[in-house]
Amino acid sequence: MLLKLAWRNIWRNKKRTYITMCSIVFAVILSILLDSIKKGLLDKMKENVVSIYTGYIQIHKNGYWDDRTLDNSFEWQPALVQSTEENKDLRYVIPRLESFTLAASESYSKGCMVVGIDPEKESRVTALDEKLDKGSYLSPSDKAVLVTEGLANYLKLDVNDTLVLIGQGYRGVSAAGKYPIKGLIKFGSPELNKGLVYLPLKESQHLFAAKNKLTALVLSPADPEKSQEIAQALALKLEPEYEVMNWQTMMPELDQVIEGERRENVIFQIVLYMLIAFGIFGTILMMTLERQYEFGVMVAIGMKNFRLSTMVILENVLISILGATGGILLSIPIVLYLFAYPIQLDGKLAEAYEKFGIEPIFYFSIAPKVFYSQGLVVFFLALFLSLYPFVKISKLNPVSAMHA
Amino acid sequence: MNDLSHVIVTENLTKIYDEGAIPVKAVNNVNLKVDQGEFTALVGPSGSGKTTLLNLIGGLDKPTSGNVWVDGKNLNTLKKNQLIDFRLHNIGFVFQAYNLIPVLTARENIEFVMLLQKASKKERSQRVLELLKEVGLEDKMNNRPDELSGGQQQRVAVARALASKPKFVLADEPTANLDSKTAANLLDIMGKLNHEEGITFIFSTHDQRVIDRAHRVVTLVDGAIYKDEITAAPSDHMKPV
Repeated sequence: MLLKLAWRNIWRNKKRTYITMCSIVFAVILSILLDSIKKGLLDKMKENVVSIYTGYIQIHKNGYWDDRTLDNSFEWQPALVQSTEENKDLRYVIPRLESFTLAASESYSKGCMVVGIDPEKESRVTALDEKLDKGSYLSPSDKAVLVTEGLANYLKLDVNDTLVLIGQGYRGVSAAGKYPIKGLIKFGSPELNKGLVYLPLKESQHLFAAKNKLTALVLSPADPEKSQEIAQALALKLEPEYEVMNWQTMMPELDQVIEGERRENVIFQIVLYMLIAFGIFGTILMMTLERQYEFGVMVAIGMKNFRLSTMVILENVLISILGATGGILLSIPIVLYLFAYPIQLDGKLAEAYEKFGIEPIFYFSIAPKVFYSQGLVVFFLALFLSLYPFVKISKLNPVSAMHA
Repeated sequence: MNDLSHVIVTENLTKIYDEGAIPVKAVNNVNLKVDQGEFTALVGPSGSGKTTLLNLIGGLDKPTSGNVWVDGKNLNTLKKNQLIDFRLHNIGFVFQAYNLIPVLTARENIEFVMLLQKASKKERSQRVLELLKEVGLEDKMNNRPDELSGGQQQRVAVARALASKPKFVLADEPTANLDSKTAANLLDIMGKLNHEEGITFIFSTHDQRVIDRAHRVVTLVDGAIYKDEITAAPSDHMKPV
């Protein structure tokens, strides 16, 4: 009965209901877009660095992360790799050997990070092969390199040109090598794009005179959200000579940036929802005040104040649900389109973004949470705002109401 | 002082409104006894306290002092929700401005009170049809209030007041907005219900047509009973004026 009454009541003043619903629809669309772009950007930022490069969890020799030198590398232990691979929470385990060197062409040189990889495993986890912009991907037995596009441009090199690597190997031996460039890699992150060189693992171990050595085992968890718990559990299982770190520990600054952006987003959304709240509250206020007489009669003939309050709350919740559902439904095609065709910045604005190490593309997220969380927020907002009529009607005296 | 031989008893009933600068004594020490099946009119000039007295008898308002017993229950002792339940099961109200729920049809408006009483569906449909027939609005049962004339709305309001099978009906100026023919028709209906079902009716009214039908007229002046006279035998009010 209450639901029927509430449903009919909201259509008593169609114009007002439509206006309120429209204000909710637009605010929900705006909020979803805001949330989607923010989440899209942050996910991409994380993906660019975490998924593509560092991975969510890494195992190193104890102390490696604080002093990233080859002297802190560890011996490839089949037992360690096997026991890690058997962990059900992990999907992949990939070996890496990393060190800084000087990369040089005929006329230019630049410091870079050389990463020794297992090309097959690496492509499965970080989809490195998909980042290939030019040339072809590495095979394990290659004596060639993949160079990031930014570095190649700086050194004025292209595919099939020769890249010289000069640096220090394991235990201080000098490391020098000359490699043909097999392919150019293009990353979303301008920072990564500037200075990475990939070598097959065996060849990197040869270059750095670090036979059978690794600097990291990169782990890919089945659920990236649980990387912290998985890292903690692994750390307890492994020998104390190893350290297990999740990406937040390895890159606290990235974690802080993401967290900061999230908080900033929350502030924007609070402002937006305050605007929605005023819209809904205006309707609630009007609906409550203009129906005092009717409420008085209903209580007089035997309706309890609590049931009357519930009816009015239902009215507000129904309007909000309709508005929020409309907003969610209308935002889906917009977000899907923007997800498929992200906004690409160009010109000086793009340059400015790149200068700050940010990819000049606005990505959108289509995570279900982006959509339903807005509906939930509006629902709870309506419930909260309904406190006003709830309190007002709970105290309603039929005689005063009928004389109001 | 609960005299159980009367169904409504007011004892030194006083209501003072002190919301303004000067307190107003709307009901002043009223002692009234009403018997089962009476058809009583409360009359008096505007501001004499008719509606306030009716509201106090109906438990819609709390007295400043004094007591109201309805069907042996002292309304002062009932808590808010108990009072609402008491009204729901014992008292039917008819207001001046019809006061139907605008989003419900005539049938649903009548049924509404029975829904609050948690009556079964069968019982509800039977009673609603019975009442619609009684007030002559079977053909308008699916019309909403804005599709009914003033007289028709007031007939629905009477039917709603009777839906809960109340012992008492309190009507506040029920004919004030009706033309003579419609008012007479409404009074016929109420008179018939009073006569056949023994329902006690108390009206507050200015309307001579209602006064002429009443068998007891209580005149109020400045909130106090000025005159209380029996004008006809209880069965006489059925006679057309």
